Amino acid sequence: MILQSDIVLLLPEITLLSLACAVLIIDTFSRDPLRNVTYLLGQLSLLITAILVIYLYPDETTYAFGNSFVSDSMSTVLKAVICVITFVVFLYSHDYLKKHEWMKGEYFVLGLFAVLGMMVMVSAYSLLIVYLGLELLSLSLYAMVAMHRESQSASEAAMKYFVLGSMASGMLLYGISILYGVTGSLELDALAIQISEHSEHGILLVFGLVFVIVGIAFKLGAVPFHMWIPDVYQGAPTSVTLFISSAPKIAAFAMAIRLLVNGMHPLLGDWQEILIILSVLSMATGNIIAISQSNIKRMLAYSTIAHIGFLLLGLLSGSQEGFAAAMFYVITYALMSTGAFGIVILLSRRGFESDNLDDIKGLAERNPWFAFIMLILMFSLTGAPPFLGFWAKWFVLKEVVASGYVWLAAVAVLFAIIGAYYYIRIVKLMYFDKPETMTAIKASQQMRFALSINGLALLIIGLMPGLLMSLCITALVQ
Amino acid sequence: MMDLLRNFIIFPVTEILFPSSIQPYAVLTLETLAKIIAIIIPVMITVLYLTFAERKVIGYIQARIGPNRVGLFGFRLWGFGQPIADAVKLVLKEIVIPSGANKTLFIMAPILSIAPSLAAWAVIPFNDVMVLANINAGLLYILALTSLSVYGIIIAGWASNSKYAFLGAMRSAAQIVAYEIAMGFALVGVLIAAGSLNLGDIIQAQNGSVFHWFWLPLLPLVGVYFISGVAETNRAPFDVAEGESEIVAGFHVEYGGLAFSVFFLAEYANMILISMLTSIMFFGGWLSPFQGIPVLGASSMFWLFAKASFFLFMFLWFRATFPRYRYDQIMRLGWKVFIPITIVWLVVAAILVVTGIPPWFD
Amino acid sequence: MFEQIIYYIFAGLLIFSASMVITVRNPVMAALFLVLSFFSSAAIWLLLEAEFLAIALVLVYVGAVMVLFLFVVMMLDVNLAPLREGFARYLPVGVTVAVLMMIAMGLVVSSSYFKSDEISAPVTLGPGYSNTTELGQALYTDYLYPFEIAGAILLVAIIAAISLTTRKPRSTKAQQPALQVQVRKEDRIKIIKMEAEKQ
Repeated sequence: MILQSDIVLLLPEITLLSLACAVLIIDTFSRDPLRNVTYLLGQLSLLITAILVIYLYPDETTYAFGNSFVSDSMSTVLKAVICVITFVVFLYSHDYLKKHEWMKGEYFVLGLFAVLGMMVMVSAYSLLIVYLGLELLSLSLYAMVAMHRESQSASEAAMKYFVLGSMASGMLLYGISILYGVTGSLELDALAIQISEHSEHGILLVFGLVFVIVGIAFKLGAVPFHMWIPDVYQGAPTSVTLFISSAPKIAAFAMAIRLLVNGMHPLLGDWQEILIILSVLSMATGNIIAISQSNIKRMLAYSTIAHIGFLLLGLLSGSQEGFAAAMFYVITYALMSTGAFGIVILLSRRGFESDNLDDIKGLAERNPWFAFIMLILMFSLTGAPPFLGFWAKWFVLKEVVASGYVWLAAVAVLFAIIGAYYYIRIVKLMYFDKPETMTAIKASQQMRFALSINGLALLIIGLMPGLLMSLCITALVQ
Repeated sequence: MMDLLRNFIIFPVTEILFPSSIQPYAVLTLETLAKIIAIIIPVMITVLYLTFAERKVIGYIQARIGPNRVGLFGFRLWGFGQPIADAVKLVLKEIVIPSGANKTLFIMAPILSIAPSLAAWAVIPFNDVMVLANINAGLLYILALTSLSVYGIIIAGWASNSKYAFLGAMRSAAQIVAYEIAMGFALVGVLIAAGSLNLGDIIQAQNGSVFHWFWLPLLPLVGVYFISGVAETNRAPFDVAEGESEIVAGFHVEYGGLAFSVFFLAEYANMILISMLTSIMFFGGWLSPFQGIPVLGASSMFWLFAKASFFLFMFLWFRATFPRYRYDQIMRLGWKVFIPITIVWLVVAAILVVTGIPPWFD
Repeated sequence: MFEQIIYYIFAGLLIFSASMVITVRNPVMAALFLVLSFFSSAAIWLLLEAEFLAIALVLVYVGAVMVLFLFVVMMLDVNLAPLREGFARYLPVGVTVAVLMMIAMGLVVSSSYFKSDEISAPVTLGPGYSNTTELGQALYTDYLYPFEIAGAILLVAIIAAISLTTRKPRSTKAQQPALQVQVRKEDRIKIIKMEAEKQ
């Protein structure tokens, strides 16, 4: 039965859905070619949702709708972060869409629906809801990638993303169906209990687990399920790449926590081993292939893969602190990725994506301030102290060592050092090379402002990481 | 009458022919068969005379006389023998199968087009006891079967191996898919109002007087349903699938003789079905408009037939009056006008039901 | 017994039509066989007293989806020769996957893991039982949340499909019925009084 308290818990999602529908209708009747109303209303919807999420911060873990929805500190924190990151993404996107004269109201509407999907995933507590949330998110993203119809590369990227994404969803669904067949329950708590009671069905459960992990690994982009990432990142319009690389990673992380930790904790030993392989492969492939890239978007795509490897390290350490470190990592990564793609958007102009490494040459001469921001971003992505990226890597490595995988931590550090090469190369290009053009950088005031804040945040939070970390700890350590 | 048939013919005959173990099944089968025949034969005769009525009505609307030559048994009778003469002519004609046509499908198409329009009659209640299959999901069944009639047209158009036929089939497919949605939504409105999918229950829910019938609370849906029904049957002004002035005769251009007449039968049987359904869903079915008055107020299947005849006349009237819609206008009407209207009215109907507005929903 | 005969007829028809879907050469015929297999499975559902699902299957898949499918298949001129070219090359892989799938399904169906032998046969319910009501009750109470998300997914699909396919309206000459109706005689005709010219 539906209770009133259930509806109250679900209020942020309901509000977001209603607002997204309202924005959709207003956009249909808006005659403004610049879609300012749609954009502003979209941003307003995100803000309202974020405020509601924070306002409804639960004192204890609460379940709704027959235990298929959960509201705990992790879901609240992640939902708020998703809303804020998407707010920034919309801000950059608006600039990009305006610059490239390709403004479409549906972009923001689909973005809102994607956020809804992510929120559903974050607080899903049943296999069914996890899957539905994932589909809502993926469908919106496929459409956003394909939306730039004139661009052949975008259509190609959308096609690849769609085909591979559907396959991964199918895999996930297959795994879910096996788990459901064995345990007879969709709800995660009951699933965990059933799994620990039916250890005699080990092989079949692990069989299902493998398919579930394939689904998660695809959405995160871990090797060997990473093939879509470079093509989609490069082919999609930069604003869409920016979106895909930021908030959905947080949702994918939440999905991993829900499925692996909440639902299949009794199988910890099994998924730990799988994640170790995925993690090492991701770090190796991502960091090594990124070196040979000449396209910034493609390079950042491989860098994403490498970072996902690090994120998996946190998950596989298997302790509450490890999950908290992974959560810290994913939030940090979303911030850094937003900033890095933000710079690419900043440098682009009409008909010119500015996504080659050569285009960034001599940025320090053209615009010293944004060269500095990019410097912060790159050092943070490398993991150099005192930037936020350092702490993210530090906490993860600490937990890996604490859980006894010292060799794994050594491997991770090795690959991080290899990775430093291509980040620092960008810094070298910006500061020590001659610019190829001196075209002035065109961007709106709010874009410049937000990008500056975004970059400086990495420095400032990096100077006092305790705050964010304690937030992550309270979110995950019950 | 059914009892008589069962007691004096079916039981004795089956007792002789079948062993006692399967006799009940045989009785059931034969009984159902008898009922089916009792429905289909009148429908077929109505179709025959509907074609005659069509020509007469349109004739008078256009200040002509219409067919008046072929009589019966030597009497003129205003041309009453015309449909029979037509039928004989069609039966005797040769069926030509075009070269390059897919023979199986070419012959299957007319059958596929008439089968659903006859099968749908199974759930039509003629009065509170006379119905072949009193099933709970009657409304859904009707929807499913009316949506199938498009197959006959598409397959006919494709199997004919002819450009005109193919164009007609394509037009028809798009049109029927578009109008089916509006039609379905209009029936969802009826479902909300009646709270049942059973056609008999839907009629019972309209019990009272003319103002208790659903046409009043669901006024926009009546219009949408009937007009969509006209479009679904490919009748003027929505007859672009045939469009004799544009694509010769559309999907059945290659058909002749009996095969053509089967298409013809299907179209008219569908018209009668839509008229019956409109009467049942929105105009109280077998209920009398004069409820409360003795004799005249009694429920009877004749009321249903009278209402259905009125809607059949509307079909003929439309054909005589309106010019054919252009294809894009048909699409616009279906997608941009009817579907929004039905969706809005579904919400209104739900509010009416929830708030219990008298005299319908108290 | 009667029901069993009907079941075997429709099950046989289903298997026959499903195998025809993948073996028949003509794509239109394949689509039509798919329609037939939908029908047979709907009939089997009817035997299980799931009349809502059965009719919804016919209504949605046969009545709408397959019509559009046929629409596309008929428009396409599928050339089968290039599709068959790689057959021998892909055969080993295909056969391997098929065999693996068969083994997996065999394990699943026959294994004790899923306790399929413990599941009792469905109970026959009286004529008063309405599958539609039961389904509606479950969807709008226990499964309300997933049901609403599914609705949102469909909405996204609609938005995506429309935004990916609509183009700016070309300069088609569309009628505006409202304006046409509002036209008065004075807007169109001007009556001028003039003297008759002398011959």
